[in-house]
Amino acid sequence: MKHDESLRAAKTAKQSRFKNRLLRRLCEAPRNDRIMSYYDILLKYNDLPFEKIFREFSAQEIERLIHSDSQDPERFWALLSPAAEKWLEPMAQKAHALTLQHFGRTIQLYTPMYLSNFCENECAYCGFNARNKMFRRTLSPEEVEKEAAFIASTGIEHLLILTGDSKVKSPLSYIKKCLEVLKKYFSSVSAEIYALTEEEYADLASAGIDGLTLYQETYDEAVYQRVHKAGPKKDFRFRLEAPERAAKSGMRSVNVGALLGLSDWRKEAFLMGLHAQYLQDRYGDVEIGASLPRLRPHAGDFKDISEVSDKSVAQILMALRLFMPRLGIALSTRESSLLRENLLPLGITRMSAGSTTRVGGHTIASPEEENAPQFEISDPRDVEEMKTMLAAKGYQPVLKDWMQI
Amino acid sequence: MEDLLKLGGRSIKSRLLIGTGKFSGYPLMKKALEAAQPDIVTVALRRVDAGSKADNILEYIPKSCILMANTSGARNADEAVRIARLAKASGAGHWIKIEVVQDNKYLLPDNLETLKAVEILAKEGFIVLPYMSPDLSMAKRMADAGAAAVMPLGSPIGSNRGVKTRELVEILVREIKVPVIVDAGLGSPSDACECMEMGCAAVLVNTAIAIAQDPVAMAQAFKEAVSAGRTAYLAGLASSGSEANASSPLTGFLRDEA
Repeated sequence: MKHDESLRAAKTAKQSRFKNRLLRRLCEAPRNDRIMSYYDILLKYNDLPFEKIFREFSAQEIERLIHSDSQDPERFWALLSPAAEKWLEPMAQKAHALTLQHFGRTIQLYTPMYLSNFCENECAYCGFNARNKMFRRTLSPEEVEKEAAFIASTGIEHLLILTGDSKVKSPLSYIKKCLEVLKKYFSSVSAEIYALTEEEYADLASAGIDGLTLYQETYDEAVYQRVHKAGPKKDFRFRLEAPERAAKSGMRSVNVGALLGLSDWRKEAFLMGLHAQYLQDRYGDVEIGASLPRLRPHAGDFKDISEVSDKSVAQILMALRLFMPRLGIALSTRESSLLRENLLPLGITRMSAGSTTRVGGHTIASPEEENAPQFEISDPRDVEEMKTMLAAKGYQPVLKDWMQI
Repeated sequence: MEDLLKLGGRSIKSRLLIGTGKFSGYPLMKKALEAAQPDIVTVALRRVDAGSKADNILEYIPKSCILMANTSGARNADEAVRIARLAKASGAGHWIKIEVVQDNKYLLPDNLETLKAVEILAKEGFIVLPYMSPDLSMAKRMADAGAAAVMPLGSPIGSNRGVKTRELVEILVREIKVPVIVDAGLGSPSDACECMEMGCAAVLVNTAIAIAQDPVAMAQAFKEAVSAGRTAYLAGLASSGSEANASSPLTGFLRDEA
């Protein structure tokens, strides 16, 4: 009996040592100069038994790691593990303190504007899927101006423009034309559009696009190929390396993200955080940010959603904050008002307000059944309501945080 | 005689400069400013929303204060210069705190680009206060290029860790002809007091006040600490090793000879 126990203990210790050695070896990789792109790092993680490694963290390891200030990926891995779920309150305390220290009691507000919903991709989880029979449109410069005037009248200075993935229906020349209009109304414009080459990003940056948001959706290449059935987006590597091309191009900020729900969230969050750190280590003059988009109901056929609970979203947020204390973190209206308010002090630095995911959804009337949203939003509050909520929570809503210089 | 700080052609009474980011709201920031009674307040131009009456930070800064715009967000000298010119053109005055940061991980300043910006802006007639890493040769070059003061960091911005750069800042205080103002990293009133006792001309505080549970009371505490530290410096602090010894174990033999 006693013999069995000591055998078991020895086995556990051996497993733990194996895990720690493995992690250390892997985690040195991101700092290696021979790494040419984040894809090289991802390959090293490809065949790892993620679930098993996550399970092997012990409560003692977590307790020790929460209060270390190490920014090693090993610590991030531990904070995302099941064992860390028992330590969420101390993690929250630390995440809150770090966020206050680096960002103060402020939250930046922005509003998305959809320019076009034409799309050549067949992404199983998206309402703009090329196969969905729906009303498609691209806003004319006059319509863009109408939307801009409305959004600007709410006080918003930071705009995020979005298009579907169609270089034919919303080419760069079109985006730049829209930008000329938008610059009259907003102090900063960011873009969430199809992946581009470095030259194209540089072109957009010099035209006045300050930031890029581009989600990898999933860092698991096999899942990626499965959910992206057709279209230019099928090129996993071209998309994965797009944020780095943008960082090289002179953009001020670059935001990455994984669409939580497509695959195991611990693994996705880990590889996304590692991506953010990879970029911040190499491009110090770029503000790197991350978002936590969770899969929402949409007009598509993706039904194989892997469950991501509110608790898990909170754990990812806090682990990210402890891992990268200065990381910008956005939480969109995909999440409910209540959850957004509860997550607010745990690491969020940016929130969207007055959102619609329909093209021309702010000012241009069209029958609802004709103009489908990209996904359904959960927090419909307008800018005034968000400002009131933030003030009540002791946060200053920051409407302007950059300008054309 | 009143103890005034000569800076940028002005005589400044308060040696506590205040930064305005990170407050939970402008009305609260205004109250904290009223408690701290600073003469110089710095504002990030990136945050100034001049078009909005309710959300315009400038409306909440006492008119008696000198407004010092800062170039937060600038990644190189060129961007800092453009921000400074924009600030002047938009009526934010010609006092400018240069912040050039290429390092979003720690927000440590880029001294070389900062120096370039100082050279250009001082020539254009700005009162230039560069935020810098405490480096003697750089501080000398910045002063020679026309900086009105140098602003070395006490520890990384927002870290609240205190004067971790003490040895280097002390060298600047001894060697640099222009005022040395410690900016960034001061976490408590005692840190600010320590800087003043060291002979720094002033300190700049933001995070420690803005995120305190009671920012107004904390502003008051910083004001008193800065004043106490300055008084102590002027009174001539006894250095810790200067207590009289009963005997002189090493030089006693000299007295015997005499």
